[in-house]
Amino acid sequence: MSTLYFIVQQTMYFAIPLLIVAIGGMYAERSGVINIALEGIMVMGAFAGIFFIGIMQDHMSGQGLLLLAILVAGITGGLFSLLHAFASINMKADQTISGTALNMFAPAFAIFVARMIQGVQQVQFTDTFHIARMPVLGSIPVIGDMFFKNCYITTYIGLLIFAAAAFVINRTRFGLRLRACGEHPGAADSVGVNVYRIRYAGVIISGVLAGIGGLVFVVPTSTNFNASVAGYGFLALAVLIFGQWRSNKIIKAAFFFGIMKTLASAYSAIPVIKSLPIPNEVYKMIPYLATLIVLTFLSKNSQAPRAEGIPYDKGSR
Amino acid sequence: MKSKLNSEGAINFLSSILAIVAGLLFGLIILLVSNPGQAWGGFAMIIQGGFTDGIQGIGQTLYIATPVIMTGLSVGFAFKTGLFNIGATGQFTMGALAAVLVGVKCTFLPAGIHWLAAVLAAMAAGALWGALPGILKAYRNVNEVIASIMMNYIGMYLTNMVISRTVYDELKNQSQPVAASANLPKAGLNQLFPGTNINIGILIAILFVVIIYIILNKTTFGYELKACGQNPSASKYAGINAKRNIVLSMVFAGGLAGIGGALLYLAGSGKYIQVLDVLAPEGFTGISVALLGLSNPIGILFAGLFIGYITVGGYNMQLFDFAPEVIDIIIAAIIYCGALSLLFKGIINKLLSGKKKGGKQS
Repeated sequence: MSTLYFIVQQTMYFAIPLLIVAIGGMYAERSGVINIALEGIMVMGAFAGIFFIGIMQDHMSGQGLLLLAILVAGITGGLFSLLHAFASINMKADQTISGTALNMFAPAFAIFVARMIQGVQQVQFTDTFHIARMPVLGSIPVIGDMFFKNCYITTYIGLLIFAAAAFVINRTRFGLRLRACGEHPGAADSVGVNVYRIRYAGVIISGVLAGIGGLVFVVPTSTNFNASVAGYGFLALAVLIFGQWRSNKIIKAAFFFGIMKTLASAYSAIPVIKSLPIPNEVYKMIPYLATLIVLTFLSKNSQAPRAEGIPYDKGSR
Repeated sequence: MKSKLNSEGAINFLSSILAIVAGLLFGLIILLVSNPGQAWGGFAMIIQGGFTDGIQGIGQTLYIATPVIMTGLSVGFAFKTGLFNIGATGQFTMGALAAVLVGVKCTFLPAGIHWLAAVLAAMAAGALWGALPGILKAYRNVNEVIASIMMNYIGMYLTNMVISRTVYDELKNQSQPVAASANLPKAGLNQLFPGTNINIGILIAILFVVIIYIILNKTTFGYELKACGQNPSASKYAGINAKRNIVLSMVFAGGLAGIGGALLYLAGSGKYIQVLDVLAPEGFTGISVALLGLSNPIGILFAGLFIGYITVGGYNMQLFDFAPEVIDIIIAAIIYCGALSLLFKGIINKLLSGKKKGGKQS
């Protein structure tokens, strides 16, 4: 039973950042802008957030500091994504190229700034955010053990973000307009929707969430930040595609990958699996292999937003 | 009288130059902000690049440029078919693995053949790693970007797994050195550029630049590939087998990147495959090279040389207490400015038309 609790707790560490970033990517793509820069934005958000924690941890600690750091990460991600929005919306640039540039820029920038300021590229922080056991909730049998022990507040923030994001895109007027801009921007424009503004909103939301996702990924899994989020931005893109750009499927996809990733990183702590004569590299491959296999069977009828990746030109309506 | 095509090429070239200038200026600003006292000295190092150490620096530039020209060709070739081969990294790694395996194990091969066999094995391994995302794209509609990113990670772990079980140097956590006969011949280049790691790798890279140029511009196959890239529906209507071309394009792209891996690890420069969970950076640099070279083989050759040139500058810049990552920042800025080509082309057109008006008036 304790193994099961362990797996569930670990899965949360991996699935929640994927969920946040993929849902962010959904906002950009369903407004019609491909955001391959999620990886780079995550790096920037994590870097700013961890750096903030590193500076402030002498003065404060615990959940308040983490919440402020999440804010910093989100704002950084949002600002950084403006570069992508400007290139792909105003300049009608190739969105893949602009996104690639951001992906290259982020780790180089993080390493450069860290080395110029503190001499080494790893940014250390003290983990004062771990919650061994939530008061009251942690004492519920089974559920308490699974979801309210060995946890981080980021798990619940992530689920809240997901619920809010799913509600906004599916149930509000803004969400409807955003989806319209991704499917048929000309039609949206003809009824008075400002396509450029909506797409900016989509990209900025994706930036804020990817920035938060970067921090949320680093905090539970490490005590230093080394200018990398281990390909999580790309995995989130895979989750987005696997989830068919729909929020209710994205959450399932995120948890599927979370479990795969848990097997890959924590196989040695699971007795049954550890005794199998399989090289550890094979476990590390599992999330990526699973992605490929799943996409092989699910991509045939892909429901990508129709106007995705095509710059909107008001003049060609 | 310039033909329209020519002037368009000229404008593309000019806007690339403008993007490079803008990227360098951005780098200068970063240097000035982070350490004003040393900034100009550091910046001079970037500009002097490979020329700082004379003939040795040039040799070093060519050595660094060789693998990234190959990965650049790989990415650029796929771009021509409308595919974004972000998987050059994995193909490069698999090529390196195959080359090192053949280089260490197949010592029964005669001296002149051994290195060639290693390069060919690398090509095959890279081609295989490129083929898979190609097949998935063509027949299962899997997004090639995601598929090749997954292949990157699978390739990296597979390489680590095979290296640490076959040709492993436990002490240094890296691959064993390849046999001397598997190293690329120097062909007298080491006398031309004394004290450097140069070998015929750069000549092989140039050879492939020419081959790819001919395939793309002088053959029906190349024409079909480009047609698929520019208008998939029209090419399908014209009876071109798009699926076959997608797979073939990725096979070629993978093969090119794989050779890049061989050229780096068979250079006899003391570089071994490290058993670390890190993706090979050469593949990602290849994306920059392809974008900078506008996917044109000749452009890619020069872009690769340029990247090699300022990378040497980046190493030298450490004398001025700057982290060499500023080079990556500059390259990223150049790529970003390249994406804004509309802006730059607008500026150039304005400048050109301004000149024309001036000419008429005088």
